[in-house]
This record gives sequence, C-alpha cells and structure tokens, in this order.
Amino acid sequence: MNIASVSFSYLRARPLSTLLNVLLLALGVATIILLLLATDQFEERMQRDARGIDLVVGAKGSPLQIILSAIYHLDVPTGNIAYKQVQEIAKHRFVKKVIPLALGDSYRGFRIVGTTQDYVAHYGAKVGSGRLWDKPLEAVLGAEVAARTGHGLGTTFSGAHGLGDRGGQAHDEHPYVVVGILQRTGTVLDRLVIANYQSVWAVHAGHHDIKAVADIETQMTDDEKEFTALLIQYASPLAAAILPRYINNNSDMQAASPAYETARLFNIVGVGVDVLRGFALVLMFSAGLSVFIALYNALNDRRYDLAVMRTLGAGPGRLLLLLLCEGFLLAALGAALGLVLGHALAEGLGRALQAAQQIEITGWAWVPAELWVVALALGVGVLAALLPAWRAYRTDIAGTLARG
Amino acid sequence: MTLFAVNNLQHSYDGQNVLAVDAWQAAQGEHWLVLGPSGSGKTTLLHTLAGILRPAAGSIVVAEQDLAALSPSALDHFRGRHIGIVLQRLHLIPSLSVMENLLLAQYLSGMPQDRRRAEEVLASLDLAEKAGAKPHELSFGQAQRVAVARAVVNRPRLLLADEPTSNLDDARCLQVLELLQAQARACNATLVIATHDQRIKARVGNHYQLGALG
Repeated sequence: MNIASVSFSYLRARPLSTLLNVLLLALGVATIILLLLATDQFEERMQRDARGIDLVVGAKGSPLQIILSAIYHLDVPTGNIAYKQVQEIAKHRFVKKVIPLALGDSYRGFRIVGTTQDYVAHYGAKVGSGRLWDKPLEAVLGAEVAARTGHGLGTTFSGAHGLGDRGGQAHDEHPYVVVGILQRTGTVLDRLVIANYQSVWAVHAGHHDIKAVADIETQMTDDEKEFTALLIQYASPLAAAILPRYINNNSDMQAASPAYETARLFNIVGVGVDVLRGFALVLMFSAGLSVFIALYNALNDRRYDLAVMRTLGAGPGRLLLLLLCEGFLLAALGAALGLVLGHALAEGLGRALQAAQQIEITGWAWVPAELWVVALALGVGVLAALLPAWRAYRTDIAGTLARG
Repeated sequence: MTLFAVNNLQHSYDGQNVLAVDAWQAAQGEHWLVLGPSGSGKTTLLHTLAGILRPAAGSIVVAEQDLAALSPSALDHFRGRHIGIVLQRLHLIPSLSVMENLLLAQYLSGMPQDRRRAEEVLASLDLAEKAGAKPHELSFGQAQRVAVARAVVNRPRLLLADEPTSNLDDARCLQVLELLQAQARACNATLVIATHDQRIKARVGNHYQLGALG
C-alpha cells in the first residue's frame, strides 16, 4: 500500500469516469502528437529535397509551382525553357553548378526525369544494383519505383505522355531499358525514374523526324532543344541578390527560390495546422475540466475516507498528495494512451499517403517536442487536482466524523 | 502504570460547551466505559483523546506525551502509531480490499507493512477468508470486525470505540464487546468505549460518567 496504489484503487472503483477522463486527455495528446510528427517529417522531407539548391529556373509562371514541380515533383511544370538561354545562365559567373531537368513523361504514375548524373550525385544517391546510364533510353529507377513496379535490371518499359497517374499516350516506339536501381535515399529520388535528358528528347524525337536516337544531341538544332527547369547552385552569396532579378528581367524565364517558396508554403499549410492544434488544446482543456469535476465530486463521496485516513495517522499533506497523485495518474494514463494513439495515427496516415505516392510519414519516429506534450498533459492533470487536493488538505476530521 | 490522564478539559462549539471533564485517568490495560446521555460529549471526548480534536482548554497526556505539545504532523504520527479507533459508522475504505484496508493502516501509521501481522489479526477475528473481499461484499458484523482489525493491527496502546454496540441485538452486542476486550487484551491496550448502551454496563468494571451540560 502506498499513495499511488490507493489513488489507483479509487480510479479503478470509478471505471467509466476514469475512462472518460483518460480518453479525453488521450485524444488531445494524440492530435498534437500526430500534428508534430506530420509537420516535422513533412518539413524535414521538404528541406532534405531542397538542400543545396539555391535557385530553380523555369518557364514564366508561379514560382511556387516551379518549386513544387522541379524539386518535389508534385505539381505540373510551368512550361519549357530554351536551350540557348540555359547555356547563357550556365556560363554566368555567379552560377557554380546547373542541373538541367527535362520532364513531361511518366511511367505508372512515377515521373521520368531527364537530367545529368549530377542530379543523382547531388542527392548523394548510391547505385544499389546495376549502374548509371551511359546513353539515351537507359533508365535508373528510384528504390520506391523499383519496389512498386517490380522492374528489375534489363527489363524494358515505355513512358507515357503526361505526369498524371493515368498517363497519356504511350511512347511505345522508344522503350527504356532499366540499367540500374538506386538505394533508398529518403528523398524525392526514391519516387523517380531517372535517365539522361537526351532520352526525353529522343522519346519526343518523332516531332523532329529523327529516327536514330543514339546521337540525338548532334542531330537536333539548338532551337529544337528544350529543358523544363534548372536547379542552380550559387557561386557566391552575392548571387542571391543579383541572379534572380537578372533572370526575371532579362529573359522569359522565371527564377524561384526554394527557401522562400517553401517558407511561404509552410505559412499557408500552417494555418490549417494551427487550427488543428487549437482544437487539440481545447480537447486538453476540457479533459482538465473533466478531471477537475470528477475529483471535486469524488471529494464529497470520500470525505469520510479522507477523515478516516487522518485518524489512521495520515497528515493533511498525505491527503493532498493522494488527490494530486490521482490527477497525475489520470494524466499519465491519458498521455501514454495518447502517445500510442498519436504514433499509430501517424503510421496509419503514412500508409494511406504512401498508397497515394505522396509524402512519406511514419509513426516510428520521435520528436523532442513530444516530451513537452507529455509534460503539458501531466501539468493539466496536476493542475485540475490542485483545488480538490487543497480541500482534502483542509479536511476537518473531527467535524466530518461527528456528522456521520 | 498510567496510560492517559485528562485534566480540566473543556471544549465548546459555536459558543456552547460541549465537553467538560475535571480529571480522569486510566492505567495501561484497563477497560473503561464512557457513559452519558446523547449530547454529553462522549464522541468529543474520544476525539480529544485520539488527538483528532484539540480541546479549547485543559491537558491530555497519553503515554507520557502531552498532546498539546505536539505539532500537527507529530500528532498525526503519534495517533497512527499509538491509538486505534473503531468509528461508529466503521468507514472502511470502499475501493480497497479487507487486507488492503489493514495494510493502509500500517502504511499511514508509518510502520513497516507486515502482511503476516495483518493475516494474524484477521484470523483472530475469524476473517481469514475475507482478506480479498471488498467492504461492500461484507455483512455488517463482518465489516465491524474488519474495523476492529484495522484499529488493532498496529498494536495500539489505546483502543477507542465509539458506540460499537448500538443497533445490535443482545447476542451480537455481547459478542462485539467480548471481541473488543479480547483484542485489547491481546495487545495490552487500554480500551475506552463510549456508549449509552445499558446492556454492557455490567460487563466493564471502570466507568466514567459524563454529566448533562448546562
């Protein structure tokens, strides 16, 4: 027997009230935990995909759309940009590295990205089996693509026009052959089919009456060559002040800063997150109120118990502790259940989103802020018990016993 | 050896005198009845003896300890350690089993929790099989015996009982008295029973009569 076991016996004696209080707290905790996990992993993922990319250049249009299409491959591109202009930018003294992207086709919902090997190197991706491409129409699959489509080395497939799940017209006359599969990187690469940009030109070579695609780059005129977007790394910090304005003013291209646009995106999403967080706090508050009412009512039923404990030698401080302990136990049970529930929800959400090939979220991760949520829940429990505990402390034993 | 001594005790409530005791003392192991009509302060006297209530005036010395000299927390500790109380309405803790009620008494008194001692007391009161039962599963007689067991589990030097025989038929009344006396003898405690029950008057040698208060 100790204070905690006595408190626990009282909680067990009122199972419905205990269940209600624990559930209310658990729902509040779970909602906040889910938000924490989702936003943390979402932001982390967004930042990882954009790391090392200072500027994205695409056709004129919405900068956010350019970022979403060229870095995250979530939106459709704004259009194409001319090869000549690309070369001009690549030569600019403020540009350290340019990774060109040619988009437009997909395979079973996974985007085909025509680029250079710099793109793979930029994300530090390692080849799991096979090798990187040497020539057009050799494709390397991201880990997720390989796992989902079941394609192995040496197999062939045809890209479909368009970026949607359904895909458009298939480019059957120029099938890709899989020459390599990347190890899982935890970045957007996992969801991409990657080849050299000449491949994308080759697939669409029919438009230019070119039959042999191996040396397509020499056969096409510069005017016929197009890219979709450029990922740029600055040569100096000064570039941030000059290069975007230079591009926006002197070309029909649009420059977009990933840092700025993602921050803007988080701000937009953040409103929804704040609303949900407010809702969770209301849940926590009502849980606290419910604990308070339960303990306060219980005091009436228990005033003799408390008086008897005093006659058995308990000081008033013990009774104070007893009530606080009860609030704390309720909160601890609620917090524990909420933690489990929150992580389970995050994992469930992750699996649902995975099926839709969106952002990956897992419940098997911890965020340091969860400790604050647990502390908040425990605080709510103890705070709700404070007034009842004070009344228990002030119990007039002789008066109570004399009345009954 | 004197166990307790009460001198010039007075207590009032809302300006009305509810207790007046000139002088009363009892030796270790003696059995006493506190008699008097209702409203004469029997319960109040028991509460002051137990240190539950601090009297307005007068001194109470229990086991050579002046209760007035103890701080509130020391008084709680002293009560838990040396005084056992059987309340009129028993007041077992409903959420705890019989055994747990006894262990709680040991815990709150600051004594080590001794399950063997608790089992021994329960056995002596014919309650061994009820150790795991909850209070609401007990008959009134069983519950009363549990209340006695809880009062004596710490081997108190002073055992107080408030109207233990009221509402009992004659046979049960004598049983309860004998049981209280037997338990008091087992730990050589001084037994004080507050009662207005005339049936047990002849069975206890020492009487302290409280008069009606003017």
